Amino acid sequence: MKKIGLIINPIAGMGGKVGLKGTDGATILSQAKKLGAEQISPERTIGALKRLVFLKDEIELITYPGEMGGDVSKQCGFNPRVIGTITEDNTTADDTKQAAKELCNLQIDLLLFSGGDGTARDICEVIGDKIVVLGIPTGVKMHSAVYAHNPIRAGDLAVLYLQGKVKALKEAEVMDIDEEAFRSGYISAKLYGYLTIPFEERHTQGLKTGSPPTESYSQEAIAQEIVDSMDDDHLYIIGPGTTTKSVMEKLNLRYSLLGVDVIYRKKLIEVDLNEKKLLEQIKEKKAKIIITPIGGQGFLFGRGNQQLSPKVIRRVGKDNIIVIATKHKINSLNGRPFLIDTGDNQLDLLLQGYTAVITGYHERVMYKIDL
Amino acid sequence: MNKQTKNFHQAKWDEPVIFELSNKGERGILFSEIEQEIEELIGDGFSKLPKNMIRQKPPNLPELSQMRVLKHYLRLSQQTLGADFNVDIGQGTCTMKYSPKINEKLASSLKLTALHPAQDEITVQGILEIIYKLDLFLREISGLDKFTFQPGGGSQAILGMASVIQAYHDSKGESEQRDEIITTMFSHPSDAAAPNVKGYKVINIYPNEDGLPDVEALEKAVSNRTAGLLITNPEDTGIFNPKIKEFTRIVHEAGGVCGYDQANANGILGITRAKDADFDLCFFNLHKTFSSPHGCGGPATGAFGVTDKFIKYLPVPLVEFDKDKYYFNYNVSNSIGKVRSFYGVVPAILKAYSWIMSLGNEGLKEVSQIAVLNNNYLLKKVLEIRGASAPYAKGRHRIEQVRYSWENLYNETGVTTEDITCRMADFGFHMWSSHHPFIVPQPFTLEPTESYSKAEIDEYIAGLKRVVEEAYENPELVKSAPHRSVIHKINTEALDDPAKWAITWRAYLKKKQK
Ligand SMILES: Cc1ncc(COP(=O)(O)O)c(C=O)c1O
Repeated sequence: MKKIGLIINPIAGMGGKVGLKGTDGATILSQAKKLGAEQISPERTIGALKRLVFLKDEIELITYPGEMGGDVSKQCGFNPRVIGTITEDNTTADDTKQAAKELCNLQIDLLLFSGGDGTARDICEVIGDKIVVLGIPTGVKMHSAVYAHNPIRAGDLAVLYLQGKVKALKEAEVMDIDEEAFRSGYISAKLYGYLTIPFEERHTQGLKTGSPPTESYSQEAIAQEIVDSMDDDHLYIIGPGTTTKSVMEKLNLRYSLLGVDVIYRKKLIEVDLNEKKLLEQIKEKKAKIIITPIGGQGFLFGRGNQQLSPKVIRRVGKDNIIVIATKHKINSLNGRPFLIDTGDNQLDLLLQGYTAVITGYHERVMYKIDL
Repeated sequence: MNKQTKNFHQAKWDEPVIFELSNKGERGILFSEIEQEIEELIGDGFSKLPKNMIRQKPPNLPELSQMRVLKHYLRLSQQTLGADFNVDIGQGTCTMKYSPKINEKLASSLKLTALHPAQDEITVQGILEIIYKLDLFLREISGLDKFTFQPGGGSQAILGMASVIQAYHDSKGESEQRDEIITTMFSHPSDAAAPNVKGYKVINIYPNEDGLPDVEALEKAVSNRTAGLLITNPEDTGIFNPKIKEFTRIVHEAGGVCGYDQANANGILGITRAKDADFDLCFFNLHKTFSSPHGCGGPATGAFGVTDKFIKYLPVPLVEFDKDKYYFNYNVSNSIGKVRSFYGVVPAILKAYSWIMSLGNEGLKEVSQIAVLNNNYLLKKVLEIRGASAPYAKGRHRIEQVRYSWENLYNETGVTTEDITCRMADFGFHMWSSHHPFIVPQPFTLEPTESYSKAEIDEYIAGLKRVVEEAYENPELVKSAPHRSVIHKINTEALDDPAKWAITWRAYLKKKQK
């Protein structure tokens, strides 16, 4: 029998309607409550569970007590196995992490969790890539690519995955912005890691054309194109992400998934450099930057790769920026342009407009960058 | 229940693959022994054959009686949803129009079928005249200067265009440097794939908010590495690019050659021409716009045309007329050689010729006018269906087809394009999705052509409406379709794993053993 875990962050989303841009931290929560915020996360979770309930005799649902999952599971007709303890009305990020740890130890097949970026971070911290997860979007901030389009879609995708109809997996970005800074009007987002989610081709395949290549196949084709075209004169600055990672893998080099690495003549110079170290490296040498946009939101610069600062970018030069992305990643933006927010408006203006994105072997796409 | 949807049920035979029906020793025809008299004259029929022509082992063919073979194929034919059965407007971009049966008769007449491609040209003047005159017609229709019918389909014609582009730059000593072909996302995917096969790097222009490629993107894409532009217009969205002439100008100024994919010209016959947009090369699919049936109905033809400047690169032989007789011209100085054996698919050429002759100048234009009218009627009706939308170009007319989206329906019900396709089959309809890459979410592409009456278009719309009603009321019914048809959902994941698929029986047996 397949085992499915459920974790609800009951307070996720409460800050949203009352205009608080997030609900992380106790003070904000009490402020939200004062403003009359009500729980929305359990209610939204029901939308997903209802899609799954017809499988209730074929799967075992394991969850945390009360508002963290037990209540709505029963309400939907499941007979869940409830583990752990919580203090009702006073759950914190630690409860989420504890629940994730215990569910992970039970070797569940899929973990459904409801929340926003903060919740995704907590889950990611504990679970990493150990089990397959899927986010039910119930939070305020949802920059992470681990969430389904809406709760119903989350339920449907979970069904497809549990039934073995969707088998492919994908590493999806976990992003979060600094809520404090965000409240004062400044967005500073960070890439915290990756969670493994079921990979659903949202843009269905045409029967006339057969199957499009999988994400990892496309990434490998991109890596081959990059490696074939590398020259001996330039340092290559490799930005964060799984697409850029494939370049390092092709070269058999150590890499930092979330950091910025530098290579020269196909040899590693250093991993995980900060702005200062990058500037030192490129002081004397010509360099190229290889970056990939963040899936689902399309940021090229200014989110998750702030090491690539305006100074670094200017030094390298616009023509030496190589953008790589699978077509699937581009299509998942639904036509929205790539975004940049380097913190230097003049530079942003310089970088905007169409750019040639490497999407495969001998294949590029002209795509727009916007502010 | 909707009266307009048919109570259809398709035959489902559970018929094995023909190889599985084989019984050792079973025969379709029993040949008699050679008569003595004949044997005395020519021997046993084998010993005179050169040794290297005689098989060591007999071919591994299925062994069946005639009647069983007949049943097998008739059963399979009952399991298809042929163009002559259904209201075939769900296969957008394919221009599924009526192929008049008289043209099939002509093509199957002994006058054609008894010809041999190696016959002396003087003995086949009639068919050469038809080939030559079809060339003249297509020159009129496109404004270009010479056509060849050698390519056996649109994609082969695109490969032909890529080859001509390469030969042209070769002759200028620039083919090494010019290694990039530009196309657009909503052009047919073969416009990218075929030049890629030829070794070109391909740059795809992504559509802007209006669904069109931006001039600014093209300006960024061209350089001294540009070999050419291969572009479809109107694109798969049915939107005509009004700046097409600017596109050709920019590419020409960069030193590139411009090739027009007019495989589907069904909405623009007699209205706009490749020449007027300054294209150097173009092709038409005779099996689409010009009514010769598609590949499965008897192989296809990508009629490939060029301006004067590029005639010397065309594949040989060209069919010419010297005011006295028609002849094969092999004297083409920079010819790319051959893209297919002999002169192309002659029956397809004959059918297209006959179709054009039956319509004439005015008729061709009327074809396009009706096709566009039908399409815009259909567009209006589809947009009235809950959950359907037509991304891009809101409120504007389209040319001959539209790429629609079920995104809203999907978000509201979880029912996908594939589910709807399967459910439509329960009513005897086909609904296709989209070419890759899948830019439009949950896509479907409809193209009613000029062949279908308003009543039939309404019938198709009633089918869509019914399925959509079901999707909202009882999504499981649609998701578990088909219920009355042979088609089924394919798990395409196996297609990524070569160990799991086989395209021949022999490969299947081999892989099964492993
Ligand atoms: C616009 C366009 N170009 C090219 C092709 C390829 O033609 P064929 O299928 O004959 O290779 C098609 C067919 O789908 C098409 O619609």
